[in-house]
Amino acid sequence: MAETEYDKEHTHPGVGQYVEIGIILGVMTLLEVILFESFDRGFSTQVGIPALIVLTILKFMLVVLWFMHLRFDHKLFRRLFFVGVALALLVFGIVGANFYLGPQIGF
Amino acid sequence: MAVTAQEPVTRRSAFQRPTAETGFWSWITTVDHKRIGIMYWVTAFFFFLVGGIEALLIRVQLSRPDNTLLSADAYNQIFTMHGLTMIFFALMPLGAAFFNYLLPLQIGARDVAFPRLNAFSYWVFLAAGIFIYSGVLLGGLPDGGWFNYAPLNIIGPDPTATEAAGQVAVAAANHTSRMVFYSVGLQIAGIASLASSVNFIVTILNMRAPGMTLMRLPIFTWATFVTSFLMLFAMPVIGVALWQLMFDVRFGTNFFNPAAGGDPILWQHMFWLFGHPEVYILILPAFGIVSEVLPVFARKPLFGYSAMVFSMIAIAFLGWGVWAHHMFAAGLGPVANAAFGLSTMFIAVPTGVKIFNWLGTLWGGRIRLTTPLLFGVGLVAMFTIGGLSGVTHSIVPSDYQQTDTYYVVAHFHYVMFGGSIFGLFAGTYYWFPKVTGRLLDDRLGKLHFWLMLIGFNVTFGPMHLLGMDGMPRRIYTYADGMGWNLWNLVETIGAFIIATSIAVFIANLVITRRRGEPAGDDPWDARTVEWMTTSPPPHYNFAEVPQISARDELWHRKYVGGANKPPVRVPAGASPDHDPAEAAVDDQAAPAHGPGHTGHADIHMPSPSYYPAVAAAGMPIAGWGVYAGGPTQVVLLALGGLLILSGLFGWVLEPSAEEHV
Amino acid sequence: MAAQPEADMSAPLPGTDYEHSTSLGLSNNKLGMWTFIGSECLFFGALISTYLIYVGRTNEGPTPAAIYDVPFTSVSTFILLMSSLGMVLALAAIQAGEMRKFRTWILATGLMGATFLAGQFYEFTVFAAEQFNLTTSPFSSSFFVLTGFHGLHVALGILMLLAMWTASMMGRLPQQLHTTVENIGLYWHFVDIVWIIIFTVVYLIPAATTAPAAG
Repeated sequence: MAETEYDKEHTHPGVGQYVEIGIILGVMTLLEVILFESFDRGFSTQVGIPALIVLTILKFMLVVLWFMHLRFDHKLFRRLFFVGVALALLVFGIVGANFYLGPQIGF
Repeated sequence: MAVTAQEPVTRRSAFQRPTAETGFWSWITTVDHKRIGIMYWVTAFFFFLVGGIEALLIRVQLSRPDNTLLSADAYNQIFTMHGLTMIFFALMPLGAAFFNYLLPLQIGARDVAFPRLNAFSYWVFLAAGIFIYSGVLLGGLPDGGWFNYAPLNIIGPDPTATEAAGQVAVAAANHTSRMVFYSVGLQIAGIASLASSVNFIVTILNMRAPGMTLMRLPIFTWATFVTSFLMLFAMPVIGVALWQLMFDVRFGTNFFNPAAGGDPILWQHMFWLFGHPEVYILILPAFGIVSEVLPVFARKPLFGYSAMVFSMIAIAFLGWGVWAHHMFAAGLGPVANAAFGLSTMFIAVPTGVKIFNWLGTLWGGRIRLTTPLLFGVGLVAMFTIGGLSGVTHSIVPSDYQQTDTYYVVAHFHYVMFGGSIFGLFAGTYYWFPKVTGRLLDDRLGKLHFWLMLIGFNVTFGPMHLLGMDGMPRRIYTYADGMGWNLWNLVETIGAFIIATSIAVFIANLVITRRRGEPAGDDPWDARTVEWMTTSPPPHYNFAEVPQISARDELWHRKYVGGANKPPVRVPAGASPDHDPAEAAVDDQAAPAHGPGHTGHADIHMPSPSYYPAVAAAGMPIAGWGVYAGGPTQVVLLALGGLLILSGLFGWVLEPSAEEHV
Repeated sequence: MAAQPEADMSAPLPGTDYEHSTSLGLSNNKLGMWTFIGSECLFFGALISTYLIYVGRTNEGPTPAAIYDVPFTSVSTFILLMSSLGMVLALAAIQAGEMRKFRTWILATGLMGATFLAGQFYEFTVFAAEQFNLTTSPFSSSFFVLTGFHGLHVALGILMLLAMWTASMMGRLPQQLHTTVENIGLYWHFVDIVWIIIFTVVYLIPAATTAPAAG
């Protein structure tokens, strides 16, 4: 076989890049805390909470794609993981919707 | 040089690696998927008999109105255990038995990806069965139904209820312990299934013989694959629900107790999120078996292989979108009910595809009426009936009348018994010669089939009528004059006919053991590669790993023929159509050389190990710790935890295969 | 042990040549770990969704806004996040054959994990003192069971990290076994990303959107 899967592994991030990502993660966490504290000072939760969710998703993706190496690995690993994530979001989303929206829309 | 017991290597550990290849301890320490499969089958069949006896007790109790054979409390335990036993300790492990035995053989591998994990799954399953039944000595068996709805599962029976007050008080006093046996017992069983599912998924993805692409997999391997994904994602959900139940009854949390703000509907959601994929876990192995059996005995390829594969995937995927059809009467609201009613109707489509494809497989074939074929056709017919009653459930207003009546009992027995069990017996008769080297007696097999078919329909057919006549489920007796007497009596007679058919089967097993006809490698003239090796296969499965160049590889090696030509048997198994570069060097991989010669110095097989059994043994001990109180609890939990951890550590530190000396 | 020279980047890392023994050229163990992680998504998904359903059911007990100490939890969150960095640095070290560095980082990762757990434990004792415990309300039950299971996963991870450190000290974790470190690292990172979600969804958002309980 010419190009194999573990050839790709050799484009993995170096130590420097890992530290950079670690710093970004730390900064994002700090941002989350700042956002949270700003709600007390009148910052709108309508804007702030979606912002918190976006930050969370970004941190999640950074760790999954870089630290867990999914970005550089065989596609199969990505599929195995994201099928689990998608299924969890789907079924528990429906259950949650049934609890919260149910009484309002007869769902 | 023969493959003999390997010399033990001196190791630093305190425990020597087991090396026995025969005898009791060789079974305890085996990591051979074939032996594990046999242990699964035997243990599961034992639990099937236990569940069957429970069923007979139920039927005798219900044969007459106002019967007094079983008290209400006893009845509740027995019908609950009948369901739990059949689902978790009979049907699932019977499926596992076939997965275990066949998967490596069908994909041309020597074992699964994680052989010790495989052994661990079996021992954990056995531990779970022992644990849950130990309740009979420790306060009673679970008694809230297999689905164990809240708030009954939290609060238990009211001890002050006047009816049959003595029994109710007993049940109430023992409620916590019964719920512990339920939640912890199923939890342990769930771990076995989860471990198996990881094992099989990795094996199928990563250990196929050269040339075996996914669309050349035997259809039963596809069934294994899809079922494993269902188990992988469903078991964690019931795991969480069971933990929450255990915390509620044992430690006072508030997940499902309405008096404390909990919501009983959450239990139903969590349970059925698992429970619906679970029923597909129960049926897909049988579907896979039938899809293997019908082509062989119709001497035709499976009709629409791709459609069969994609319909299995569709069933698995859609199966996640229908769970609330078990909750139509729970008050979720019209939008939810309509949505789930629609999705339930929709899931009938891929299943219907399979039914038609099985018919298409038989149509125009040269049918050989053997026992496996009869059971396979039985599945197609009985499952169709069960599927039709299922479709009537999908119409929500109609379901309001059917739910909680014997109509539902009829439906699920037609699909579980008429479907799953008939399929599993088809597989048993079909693969028995491969596993043991002997053929089960075909006349006794046919007697078994006909008795079972008749008995089954006599037992469960009238339940449709009883349900429509209003007989509720889960009642320990009924009053005279309801109009239910006749059919109940008929059903009980049917149950005993089923029991007779099982007795015939057991007799067949005994007789075959004594003087069964030797089978040879390929007694059925089959299509898939497990029939290329000896019966039973050697420890290492194949002398040479087969090179795969087609679906139904074995058939292509045995017969050559074009699209419109009838197949012609090729004597030496090498077909002129085959590219010699693709075909294996040893085309007939069944070794002509005897056991004294393997000539294969490069066959590395995993070594036996104590640790899976050690780790598994810790689980029921920890479980009894949850049941106990005071210092006993601490001791048992600690001991169980220690066994689990030391088993796992020992396992991780030992290599999967010892070096040859 | 002296540091090994930088590995030849054109050759496969030692211990990763699965070409000849597997259909996909992948490691069985790594595939198994990702498959298992897929199932864990459903496990934590069920726990988190139970929490979200019950977050408003406080039974006159403390609400999220009243009980959570977000600054304290942010510090332990940060520490757990940095432990993931420690984990990848440990992996990079063993892939490069630098055993002392590997042991330093794996120990650091374990210590950060243990610090996180200590913080959790302290948090729970404070809650208990404020009458907020396992049985107070559906909200409290779902909180403690969710974070309790997460903590259990962290504890098991720390055990595995210590086991690797010990094995390396005994010379039984050579460079060829870096895939073992990688797989345990996958588990560790997964436990971290569950916490990334928990921090926002369990702590921050509920604390921002519920009123403190009276009194």
